[in-house]
Amino acid sequence: MTTTLIAERPVDVDAEGFLTDPEQWNEEIAEAIARDAGIAELTPRHWQVVRFMRDRYLSTGSAPSIRALGKESGVPVKELYELFPKGPAKLAAKIGGIPKPKGCI
Amino acid sequence: MSKRIVVLGGGTGGTLLANRLRRRFDEDELRIDVVDRDDVHVYQPGLLFVPFGLADPDEIVRPRRRQLRRGIDFHEAKVDSVELAAQAVHLADGSTLPYDVLVVATGARLLPDETEGLLGAGWNETAFTFYTLDGATRLRDALARFDGGRLVVDIADMPIKCPVAPIEFAFLADWFLRERGVRDRTEIVLATPLDGCFTKPIASKHLTHLLAEKNIELEVDFVAGSVDGDARTLVSYDGREIPYDLLAIVPLHGGAAFVDRSPGLGDALGFVCTDAATLQSAAAPEVFALGDATDLPSSKAGSVTHFEGEILAENIERFLDGRPLAPRFDGHANCFVETGFHKALLIDFNFETEPVPGMFPTALGPLPLLHESRLNHVGKLAFQWIYWHLLLPGRGLPLVGPEMPTAGKRIPTSVAGGAR
Repeated sequence: MTTTLIAERPVDVDAEGFLTDPEQWNEEIAEAIARDAGIAELTPRHWQVVRFMRDRYLSTGSAPSIRALGKESGVPVKELYELFPKGPAKLAAKIGGIPKPKGCI
Repeated sequence: MSKRIVVLGGGTGGTLLANRLRRRFDEDELRIDVVDRDDVHVYQPGLLFVPFGLADPDEIVRPRRRQLRRGIDFHEAKVDSVELAAQAVHLADGSTLPYDVLVVATGARLLPDETEGLLGAGWNETAFTFYTLDGATRLRDALARFDGGRLVVDIADMPIKCPVAPIEFAFLADWFLRERGVRDRTEIVLATPLDGCFTKPIASKHLTHLLAEKNIELEVDFVAGSVDGDARTLVSYDGREIPYDLLAIVPLHGGAAFVDRSPGLGDALGFVCTDAATLQSAAAPEVFALGDATDLPSSKAGSVTHFEGEILAENIERFLDGRPLAPRFDGHANCFVETGFHKALLIDFNFETEPVPGMFPTALGPLPLLHESRLNHVGKLAFQWIYWHLLLPGRGLPLVGPEMPTAGKRIPTSVAGGAR
């Protein structure tokens, strides 16, 4: 774990850049992480997913899988991949300031 | 006063739990009902062998009711829903089973229809699943005719039953096609949504090495979004394409359909929200779950179900006595991994400790962990007998308890707690 500056705020991140303390997160940090990942601007659709991930993590202690996200967030899996290229669950978690989702076994 | 327990599902978990409870309680103390939609109990580990002619479809199937002890009522019926507040199971025929304790052991359901195009052109002609008896049998016929080309083994997305089965399928296909003399004309590709061939790093490294040795290509982070059966192409959500001549796919899994129709019982995928240590559901204190039907982060595997069953039988007894539940389940899983050429690996792990090298079940073995051996292969074959004669009747296995043994394991200090 290291401390780094994102959107001019010191935050603790793991080796892959996921925030380790969700309390250190704010919307500017989300936008900065998104830009860094190649998403120029977070649209309301992006925010719907990011907030869903974050709320779910904060209330249950674990982030939903991509399939659960597709069923529950109101954004279908296909669109999730358009919004968050490569790995939507991982990227939305990173932008939402929560730890990297643990893979199901 | 007599109590009534209803067990939904007469597969591995439902059967071994009902049998264990029948031995613990007299019939006038506890009535036990088991419900399943059919009377066909498939020895699921045997499905892997069917496509290669190593097991006959008839050999791995027995009637469900014959696996249940005397004094257990078997109902061949579909479940419509569970009404938690009324403590009642509604069956599709309109009848109702009231319960004092409910156990959900209805396993996982295959959802091939949730992958666009999979059930379209080429299904059961060039695209198959070996996760059903019918699919495994059809795939056997297709493999017997296979004359070379591209064989793709794909996991649509997690979670799936027996996460090592697709890897074993690729290993066995390598062996089978070599024996048939067409391996040099065949490319084998294993595509997975994971970032490695297996979920746990040390085992993943060993298995990746074996895949490379056998010239099996590995495509990681591949989440299958659709299948174009006419073009024989598998397409991921992020737009990558894998062409195939023969596709062996593990479809998406979900819980039983009645879970979706029972408000409060399951999660978005239909798996029952379950306490990982006690196996009590989050839905209601008198509802429990085991095996593939749960949402636990353990492997969906028969060994897990077996270990859970021993603990759950004890917890149900505690529940009926009004005593606190024992938080004993540690996520223990134990899997033979067939590697072809009459050899197999063995892995043994739990929530905290990932599979590591060493010996099992004691420091003296006799079975080596994470190491190919003929003895492990013999163990895998012998397991079918053990399944019908020891595991389902609810008897313990010699030397193997529900908690994961650590003697014999070479656990690096950095590994304990590092597993997912």
